[in-house]
Amino acid sequence: MDESGPLLKIENLNVRFSHRGKSVHALRGIDISFYKDEIHGLVGESGSGKTVTATSIMGLLPRPSAEIISGSVFYKGKNLLLMPEDELRTYRGRAISMVFQEPAKYLNPAFKIGGQIEEMVMLHMGLSKVAARARARELLKLVGLGRDGRVLDAYPHELSSGMKQRAMIAIAISCNPDFLIADEPTTALDVTLQKQILKLIRTLKNIENMGVLFISHDLGVIREIADRISVIYAGKIVESAGKESLFNNPMHPYTRLLMLSIPDVRHRGRKLATIPGQVLDTTSTPEGCLFAPRCPLAEQRCFSLTPELVEHEKGHLAACHFAGKSWNL
Amino acid sequence: MQCRNIVKIHRGRGVEGERHGFRAVDNVSIEIERGRIFGLVGESGCGKTTLARAILYLDPPTSGSVLFDGVELGSLKPPMLRKYRKRMQIIFQDPHTALDPRMTVYDSLSEGLINIGVDKARRDKKIRELLDRVGISSTYSRRFPHEFSTGQRQRIVIARALTMDPEFLILDEPVSNLDVSIQAQIINLLMDLKKDLNLTYLFISHDLNLVSYMCDVVAVMFGGRIVEQAPTEALLAHPGHPYTRRLLASIPGGTEASGFAYSEESLYKQPDTEPDKEKEIFASSSANLVASDACPYYPYCAQGDSECKNSAPLLRELSKGHVVSCYKNSAGQEPEGIERTT
Repeated sequence: MDESGPLLKIENLNVRFSHRGKSVHALRGIDISFYKDEIHGLVGESGSGKTVTATSIMGLLPRPSAEIISGSVFYKGKNLLLMPEDELRTYRGRAISMVFQEPAKYLNPAFKIGGQIEEMVMLHMGLSKVAARARARELLKLVGLGRDGRVLDAYPHELSSGMKQRAMIAIAISCNPDFLIADEPTTALDVTLQKQILKLIRTLKNIENMGVLFISHDLGVIREIADRISVIYAGKIVESAGKESLFNNPMHPYTRLLMLSIPDVRHRGRKLATIPGQVLDTTSTPEGCLFAPRCPLAEQRCFSLTPELVEHEKGHLAACHFAGKSWNL
Repeated sequence: MQCRNIVKIHRGRGVEGERHGFRAVDNVSIEIERGRIFGLVGESGCGKTTLARAILYLDPPTSGSVLFDGVELGSLKPPMLRKYRKRMQIIFQDPHTALDPRMTVYDSLSEGLINIGVDKARRDKKIRELLDRVGISSTYSRRFPHEFSTGQRQRIVIARALTMDPEFLILDEPVSNLDVSIQAQIINLLMDLKKDLNLTYLFISHDLNLVSYMCDVVAVMFGGRIVEQAPTEALLAHPGHPYTRRLLASIPGGTEASGFAYSEESLYKQPDTEPDKEKEIFASSSANLVASDACPYYPYCAQGDSECKNSAPLLRELSKGHVVSCYKNSAGQEPEGIERTT
């Protein structure tokens, strides 16, 4: 495989959910490339399509309500979306694996933590029971739970939520994945724990050389963890850039407004910037830029002409007619 | 609004019928001046919400007294207490559970007004005004909660709290469930309301960044106790308690965004590195009715020594209005582990 090429590439992904004759256009042509050894942050409001992006990669979209209209997800030259379920299963959880928001929901309450890790490595890596035990011990040590055998023989309810999330991460990285998807892994945690988990993910990325997709609604968290950031709005990537570039020079008004709406201690008493209106109703498909109805800069062409996601500076992409020009909100 | 030595013990029974007591709030005294925003931060389970409920006498405190406008709430008979409680309202985190799904917005808002005997014409006028004020079109007043988005529901909850013309509002994580853009709208709304209606807030949150943005005075709570309290500027400039410093260090993107840089390692010790110590503390705090002797932060503190273990530090004044409960910090001394970047 070409080392410089992307590890995983999503091209023009369109996903629609239908239920009782109503349909919701969740993703409207997503293009993202993920590279090895890079943490890619995906930030957006609820309902913007963050989790749908993740579940499409994993092949976990709920069927039959979800329908992939077009697009492909390439991993090592193969399109995961066209892969038969048996073959996909050899990738899922092994080469590509995922950490979810609420660890308590995804750990089986009836099995010990050690057993749940062993199951993974026995299934995917074909280890013997003894080798699996050793691997589980090693993994728990890696995520900072390994001081003694306590956690290995503990049931999920005996762990605190931070420890559970660490255990989830241990399971996710148990088969040395190439690519890890972390879907709001710290949202349910206290800030002090959040900091530790973020640090852990970064450390593990460095050890395992994984590509990471880190999903969050919190721009602060994304700023802390990501190397590269994509901003998603109403099922479309509106801006994508390296962290420094994005924060120093946001090109899309939505990105800029998101940044301004975070309270800053240095500007106490100043009004927070707000984004008027609500996130676009995903049942409709308007012409033009999807953000136009909420955008303070919007002019006539924004409502008729759809801006493409194009590169304005090296590695800095934005989908806005005003990108690359100077503007003020 | 004054609280003196509030203690709240949750009692329960264990599997074998043994009695348990858990000191959720331990000897907390706070004073909130009229027209101010008082912030209360701490992690989940530290007693923030329990304190809020105790202040309103929704769950009367086990001991201690709450003074509102100079009157002790504990001494009031239920009808009088209801009268006082009308002047104090609380807004909870989750607007989905706070509104009755079977009641229209109009019904939800008029319920309280009917109870205090406001006639229909005045009710209608008031509800229209309040919905207008919180940014919900009054033509929507016949709709049900499920027809609104989370942000709109929180606005309705705020409007409902305002029907009683309160002077004092407790905001218990009012924006934690909201997206950032909606969060900003609600924060702006709360700030406007405070100014226009001359309200006093007790703002509870786990987000120190948000609390320091909004509040005049901030109290940091840990393990049921206030470990530090100061005017916001003083707290940010000279955080005296190791837990406060750890919170500051944990603000995501904070090192870049707020100009504070703390080295995490010097402030925090992984509790699982010493499970025995952790167990000991856990056992002593949850099973005993007697206050634990040790500083509540001792198991997590990198600077803790035998002094901290044997007796909990009391709140000491560092500068005017700035109190801290830690042996390791004396006035004017720059605490360890801080590098100022700006």
